Amino acid sequence: MKLFRMFGRNVRDAFKSVTRNFSLSIASISCISITLIVVGLSLIISFNVDNFTRTIKKDVTVVVFLEQDTTKEELESIQKEIAGFDNVESIKIKTKEESKKEMMAESEVFEATMETWPEEDNPLRDSYLIKVERIEDIGDTADKIRKIDKVEVVDYGEEMVERLVGAFKLVEKITIVIVAILIIVTVFLIVNTIKLTIFSRKREISIMRLVGASNLTIKIPFVIEGMIIGAIGSIIPIIISIYGYVAFYEEFDGQLFSALIKLVPPEPFIYLIAIAILVIGVIVGMFGSGRAVRKYLKV
Amino acid sequence: MDLINIKHVNKVYKNGVTAIYDLSLKIKKGDFVFVIGGSGSGKSTLIKMLYREERPTSGEIILGGLNVARLRNSKVYKLRRKLGIVFQDYRLLPKLTVYENVAFALEVIGAKKEEIKTKTLKAIDLVGLKAKTRTYPTELSGGEQQRVAIARAIVNNPKLLICDEPTGNLDPDMSREIVKVLDNINKEVGTTIIMATHDREIVNEMKKHVIALKDGRLVKDYEKGTYDNEIV
Ligand SMILES: Nc1ncnc2c1ncn2[C@@H]1O[C@H](COP(=O)(O)OP(=O)(O)OP(=O)(O)O)[C@@H](O)[C@H]1O
Ligand SMILES: [Mg+2]
Repeated sequence: MKLFRMFGRNVRDAFKSVTRNFSLSIASISCISITLIVVGLSLIISFNVDNFTRTIKKDVTVVVFLEQDTTKEELESIQKEIAGFDNVESIKIKTKEESKKEMMAESEVFEATMETWPEEDNPLRDSYLIKVERIEDIGDTADKIRKIDKVEVVDYGEEMVERLVGAFKLVEKITIVIVAILIIVTVFLIVNTIKLTIFSRKREISIMRLVGASNLTIKIPFVIEGMIIGAIGSIIPIIISIYGYVAFYEEFDGQLFSALIKLVPPEPFIYLIAIAILVIGVIVGMFGSGRAVRKYLKV
Repeated sequence: MDLINIKHVNKVYKNGVTAIYDLSLKIKKGDFVFVIGGSGSGKSTLIKMLYREERPTSGEIILGGLNVARLRNSKVYKLRRKLGIVFQDYRLLPKLTVYENVAFALEVIGAKKEEIKTKTLKAIDLVGLKAKTRTYPTELSGGEQQRVAIARAIVNNPKLLICDEPTGNLDPDMSREIVKVLDNINKEVGTTIIMATHDREIVNEMKKHVIALKDGRLVKDYEKGTYDNEIV
């Protein structure tokens, strides 16, 4: 009850302080806003990347062709071997007979030619269709399969997958570095803002000490001020994220480049992003003010 | 019963200056004590040790059962809630009214709203500033500002009121008024009062318990004392 009463007073005071030192607070607020815009963007990107790597995972198939003289027994034993690999989710056999039928069904030209092939002299190969669990390790898995005796060709559209995965990883790394730098700068600015508030309220603080305010009572208003700066700083990034993403999603009809890359539907996704931005803003503000209080308010 | 018991206290500042030498004394509950002595005699040092702004280098200070010398920094606030402290320079908050300045002392220790109101009004009344409740400190005379500071110091009903030259910035008439206010608090509420001062007229007029310091040593401890020129 007592804590609650004092909390109300603290929030009021902290708001007053933010507005009183507005020119100063505005620097921290703008910096945290920029940071949070980048954070929001990188969250949106990384969730989308996650989402479509999952889709790609469903669609990307490793196709393994075996040598011409592979027997039915070998076909089954190699299947078992590959199924035991760590990254393999499923493996399906497609015999040359099945391939032939499929191709004949697909085109008339094929049908005309293949009809003349005798049943026992099929030039096509037996093959496996393999799905992997982790798309980023698909290259390693393909190499492992390639080393198996009787395996002739392994094909998984490596160019496309590898380039995509590589690009996503690079984007992720760059945004992590940018976010880290921005957070450091923001914390530094908040520490300075709070430091100046502490100095401007030196008299008040010394009187508080004199009349027996507890250390917590003295510290909390400054920490709350940092949290409020963080919360105010998250307003613009939240608006930009919500409207920006919805507009982007509608502009591209929910997919990028091809139907393969599907965007995450805005609802409720974008509200979760908004909450994450707010929480991160408040935490960064709290962290900065906490540092300032520890450094400049020796109690 | 003793409210304060000081035993063999020495205070050496970091720069090597010894401000208090082997000081022992007792102060009774309800007493009114003047601490006198020339400039640099150690009056402020003694007072700072009482509210744990400074720690004794050696010796003990027992205040209302609390061992002040050993009190940890994080627990100092518990001591401060039992004390009222008044300075020469008032230390009011200029942006707050008289009422708000006094109430501030209760607000920051988390008192209830109704409690704050009744106690604050009572304290302001006790120092005779009822008419100036909504006034700002800058609109008050020095003597009135000091009375606000006294009201703030006593608002939480402390056992002990410590004043370091409360009349140092005031002319003789205003000084006399302030001491009258303190004397009134001492008599009406029973608050123990310790007041460091240079003001010989006041000390001589009041005939209170006098503790005289010279170069950090206790040179006189009289029940009904005067400001003695020969010693101080
Ligand atoms: N923070 C400090 N650091 C070092 N020395 C100090 C400090 N405060 C006081 N002193 C020294 O301790 C001695 C006693 O000082 P103190 O302030 O207690 O005297 P005082 O009796 O209050 O004097 P005045 O009447 O001028 O206020 C002086 O020699 C002073 O220089
Ligand atoms: Mg002094």
